[in-house]
Amino acid sequence: MATKGNCAMNLSPMQPILEISGLTKRYAGGLVALDNVDLAINRGELFALLGPNGAGKTTLIGAVCGLVRPTSGTIRAFGHDLAKDWRTARARIGLVPQELATDMFEPVERAVAYSRELFGLAPDKARIEEILRSLSLWDKRKERIMALSGGMKRRLLIAKALAHEPDLLFLDEPTAGVDVELRRDMWKLIGAMRERGVTIILTTHYIEEAEEMADRVGIIRNGRILMVDDKAEMMKRLGRTEAVISLASPLSNIPASLEHFAIHLENAGSSICYRGGDGTGKGRSEVADLTKALIAAGIDYTGIDIRESSLEDIFVDLVEERETEGVQ
Amino acid sequence: MTFNARSAWAIYKRELMRFLRTAFQSVLSPVLTTSLYFIVFGAAIGSRMPDLGGVSYAAFIIPGLLMLTLLGETTSNSSFGIYMPRFTGTIYELLSAPVGVAETLVGFVGAAATKSLILAGIILATAMLFVDYTIAHPFWAILYIMLVASSFSLFGFILGIWADNFEKLGIIPMLFLTPLTFLGGTFYSIDMLPKPWDTIALANPIVYLVNGLRWTFYGTSDVSIGVSLGLTLGFLAICVAIIAIIFKTGWRLRS
Ligand SMILES: Nc1ncnc2c1ncn2[C@@H]1O[C@H](COP(=O)(O)OP(=O)(O)O)[C@@H](O)[C@H]1O
Ligand SMILES: [Mg+2]
Repeated sequence: MATKGNCAMNLSPMQPILEISGLTKRYAGGLVALDNVDLAINRGELFALLGPNGAGKTTLIGAVCGLVRPTSGTIRAFGHDLAKDWRTARARIGLVPQELATDMFEPVERAVAYSRELFGLAPDKARIEEILRSLSLWDKRKERIMALSGGMKRRLLIAKALAHEPDLLFLDEPTAGVDVELRRDMWKLIGAMRERGVTIILTTHYIEEAEEMADRVGIIRNGRILMVDDKAEMMKRLGRTEAVISLASPLSNIPASLEHFAIHLENAGSSICYRGGDGTGKGRSEVADLTKALIAAGIDYTGIDIRESSLEDIFVDLVEERETEGVQ
Repeated sequence: MTFNARSAWAIYKRELMRFLRTAFQSVLSPVLTTSLYFIVFGAAIGSRMPDLGGVSYAAFIIPGLLMLTLLGETTSNSSFGIYMPRFTGTIYELLSAPVGVAETLVGFVGAAATKSLILAGIILATAMLFVDYTIAHPFWAILYIMLVASSFSLFGFILGIWADNFEKLGIIPMLFLTPLTFLGGTFYSIDMLPKPWDTIALANPIVYLVNGLRWTFYGTSDVSIGVSLGLTLGFLAICVAIIAIIFKTGWRLRS
């Protein structure tokens, strides 16, 4: 596939695995849960959808998976229009729902085998064993689902979603209400699936996780996508460095020689607070310059606290900002 | 039209397994009830009753009793089969699968109908312990039982989608099905009713079901077998049409 750099047609040779355009969902009560959403997901990526409760994350997933009937808009998966070729597309999509919805009396192994066959694949004991082992469910394969703990039930739901070997997997808050150990396992597993080339779209409340794992992040609120970006890009654009320098003796005002820094006094002049930079390290070098300038100005300090803003800060800022905008 | 046989088979198998898990209760209760009916109506009261259309009273009530159990059990089995996944939320999997109305019906309704056939066999075997009877048209009897089982499985399926709580699920069988079956000539021939009740009784659709089955058993009935067969087929067609519409619109299934 020799592509010429100047050929505009080939600028995006990879067709998105999922293309949502103009998707709106108005529920029976009149509530607009999705408002003209456009979103494209690339093959093989791990996409994290962040948003407060009620933002429309579950509705968005439901619209793709056939649980929610879109009011308008189109969804294409693997190039198929879901309104027409839903069978072909659905056979390759897996869903782990937010709620722990399981049959009570069914044995674990049979539940997973059922999921595989329901999606039209031939029974495959070896494959089921592999899935159960990878989720530490093998020892429990004969147990009834009701005998499983909450965390184990969540694993089972993942096993069921993986049973038909989907190329596109939705995980709706996979780590909500799950203990630390299981959460770590879950992330290992998600990492492994992604290695295998499965495209993963997940929603989460734990922003650090999205920060660590996701290739791209989308922020949704009130049914609108506020921002979709490469995670590094988003950090660069919206990231900030914060530094608090504790002074040996308080200052009453900032000396003129330091005025060009983005700083202000706090705690009755006993500390200098810096906030600036862009998430690519510019802030840290400015803090270094600031400390040199402090010494040059004869200002002594006893400690420096420095931190980069997290995706969470960005997220909170962004959501709050839009909220105040909305009020005005 | 695409039909995903593997998916339909998976649903069918799973539903039957669910039945086998509770086989003891599922079978014991109808067998017990039927036995009690035979003891009370067949043996105790029946011994003082004249033959009806050349059939002993105990034998006369067999098709009606079978219908009574068949309608109730089929409807409740089938309605629970689809209501429970809706109630627990596990229906998400079915809705997200490459499965349409045809696979769902073959799976759920086929399984419910199969259970009913098993049940019918057990009830007829139980009847043999109490009554000496022979079936005049065994082929038609089996066919008719299958037809009724399928129709009421479909009917139960609609009920299970319509119901949004357990009361609603139970109310149709309790309020309509059981009374209409009792009044539908299970224990008597509608000829025995005083005027004008014998005519009014003909407005009860269950009369045609009971009498249709009675014809296959003993070759005689209050109404013609053609009318019974036609009505049952019509009912089946209406149920299929309603379910097709439910799936097309996603009513009570997809939000
Ligand atoms: N079946 C439904 N009927 C009516 N409103 C709904 C339904 N499901 C969700 N909603 C509403 O739609 C909005 C988005 O919900 P949801 O997609 O579950 O958000 P999230 O998953 O981001 O928390 C919420 O206001 C919610 O109350
Ligand atoms: Mg949600």
